[in-house]
Amino acid sequence: MSSETPVIDEQELGLVGQRRAFSARSLIRWEGALVLLFIFSLIYGGSTTTDFFSKDTIFFAGINFGLIAIMALPEMLIITTGEIDLSVAAMLGLACATFGYLFEHHVEIFLAMLITLGVGALGGALNGFLITRLGLPSIAVTIGTLTMFRGLAEVILGTNELTNFGGPWTDIGTNTIPGTPFAWTFGIFVVLALIYGIVLHFTSTGRSIFAIGLQQEAAFFSGIRVKRIKFNLYLISGIVCAFAGLLYTYQTNTSRYDAGTGLELNVVAIVLFGGVSIFGGRGTMLGVFLSVIAVGTFDQVLTIKNVSSQEQSIVFGVLLLASVVIPNLPRGYRAVRQRLVSRTAS
Amino acid sequence: MAIDNATVVLERGKSHRVAETLSRARELAIVLVILVIFFGTGIKTSGFANLTSIQQILTNASLFVLLAIGETMVIVTRNVDLSVGSTLGISAFLVGDYYTHNPHPSVVLAFVIGIGVGAVCGSVIGFIVTVAKVPSLVVSLAGLYIIRGILNIIGLGIQIEPSVIPQGFQKIGYETWAGIPWIFIVPAVVALVAGFAMRSFRSMREFYAIGSNPVAAQLAGVPVARRVFTAFLISGSLAGLGGVLFVSEFATVNATAGTGYELLVVASCVIGGVAIFGGSGTVIGAALGAILLQLINQALVVTNVSPFWDPALAGALILVTISFDRLLSNRAALALRLKDSAASVK
Repeated sequence: MSSETPVIDEQELGLVGQRRAFSARSLIRWEGALVLLFIFSLIYGGSTTTDFFSKDTIFFAGINFGLIAIMALPEMLIITTGEIDLSVAAMLGLACATFGYLFEHHVEIFLAMLITLGVGALGGALNGFLITRLGLPSIAVTIGTLTMFRGLAEVILGTNELTNFGGPWTDIGTNTIPGTPFAWTFGIFVVLALIYGIVLHFTSTGRSIFAIGLQQEAAFFSGIRVKRIKFNLYLISGIVCAFAGLLYTYQTNTSRYDAGTGLELNVVAIVLFGGVSIFGGRGTMLGVFLSVIAVGTFDQVLTIKNVSSQEQSIVFGVLLLASVVIPNLPRGYRAVRQRLVSRTAS
Repeated sequence: MAIDNATVVLERGKSHRVAETLSRARELAIVLVILVIFFGTGIKTSGFANLTSIQQILTNASLFVLLAIGETMVIVTRNVDLSVGSTLGISAFLVGDYYTHNPHPSVVLAFVIGIGVGAVCGSVIGFIVTVAKVPSLVVSLAGLYIIRGILNIIGLGIQIEPSVIPQGFQKIGYETWAGIPWIFIVPAVVALVAGFAMRSFRSMREFYAIGSNPVAAQLAGVPVARRVFTAFLISGSLAGLGGVLFVSEFATVNATAGTGYELLVVASCVIGGVAIFGGSGTVIGAALGAILLQLINQALVVTNVSPFWDPALAGALILVTISFDRLLSNRAALALRLKDSAASVK
């Protein structure tokens, strides 16, 4: 991603201040659109289904979408640096299998959780090492580790399915936060999103992440430790995804190697739909948060209306496409008009 | 990635020769690995190194070889097509549907339908990528969801049975000619034609120019948009052809046909030496990569190593090959730079 050659564009050559104002305005517009989609989903859901505004709906929306949402947070930071991590869902699967295996072998539950998170850290470190120290393209590396993590999960568990995870902690997957209708998974997402948002937008590390995404070489020469930051992002991504794997196990009360298969593309899609540029350097945590809320709600409406999840994918695809095509329309329009003008002039 | 000074300074002839040698060496290396694994497995397991297993491996690999050819063209232009699995699925389903509703079907028409469906999918994605100037990763990801969604709507709960597929058509899937399965002859011919075209045709050479440096290619007068569109069109059409072969191989189709193929196809290309950021790689290499992946799969089955190891090993193989590639290209670049500075001293 990071090697993407910048397209020569008058906009880029113009005054920096002007450009920033332009992009800030378009970002607000994008987030506004997400809020509109959210409100639309609420109205649509409320008017076409009974009991939409019930505790169950809110709970299940949190359960169904929470894991994608949690994995989207580290993914957002990685995409902002101009890289990508496609191994997130495979790490969820590996963590799920590891935890199940340990639980089956009567390892004490806290120790099992710690080891699982350790496996996540190892996986993330492997990604980070290959990408930053060997300088390999992240998309190829993470396709490799995706296959490998999923494969290791299969080696650990085979096609067995382990169930019955009793014990302390495990009910956080199926209970609500006391006094609220929200699932714990959703609560954890909100807290993590807050932490991620603060780090990204209010610390120097966050500014560095944007700088790396905009111009990696320039960031390096201005003293930003590009490799270290990227490595840490992959490391944290591994840990967070392993944590999501634990939540998956608690939620479904099962451990299986194919947990979360294919979710990596949903995670990337949800980040991009939040207005984050695939080339890095642009995006806000608020956008990703709103994208999660809006798409999660819409998803829930469709689920209640008995639209199968396979059919929902079409909605997802259209939204994703719209999220990249619409912001590009003004530029495309300008280019076409310019060509027409120059043609009539000659 | 840093701009490689050595390659910029080089005159055309020399760099062309070096690239040629590198890719030749790469293809030879894969052939060697394939031979070693094949005969190694043969020594360990009696009755493996025979014609039947070769036919089995080639049959299994044929769809992936076909998809990898189109994917190579797209990746060489510094794009990626993640929609191939869905395109193959919808093409396979519509071909099956054609057989279901026509008591007197024609094989030619089945091929026309399959390739036509694929061409439509590929050209829509190519059109959006080139006209709206949107990153292909996002567009083809959206395409993956939308095409699969459409397939789910038209094919929900429908299973096309082998009884409606004519025997003559199914023969493509299991009959052989001179020992080679028919189903492999199709991708092999396509690979030879495409390999020749990408070596010798000016328009196809321009794929490499675009992938090496899109801006430079544009300024040098290469019709970038048209070429990228062509690459997507070919990729889609080949995925469509893959759908036809899918029906002849399995004789049964439902809405999940081809799910998850996209990442395996990209992995085949990467193993085959196609640089993920474009500009280098050959069709033959990618085809060999696809065969290697299938060979590993088959070898694990017969050596009674748990087949669960297959994806884990495939993932490790991807990581090893890209690391090795980086090592080789670093050394080549260094050698060139030294040679170059020696020449300028003279």
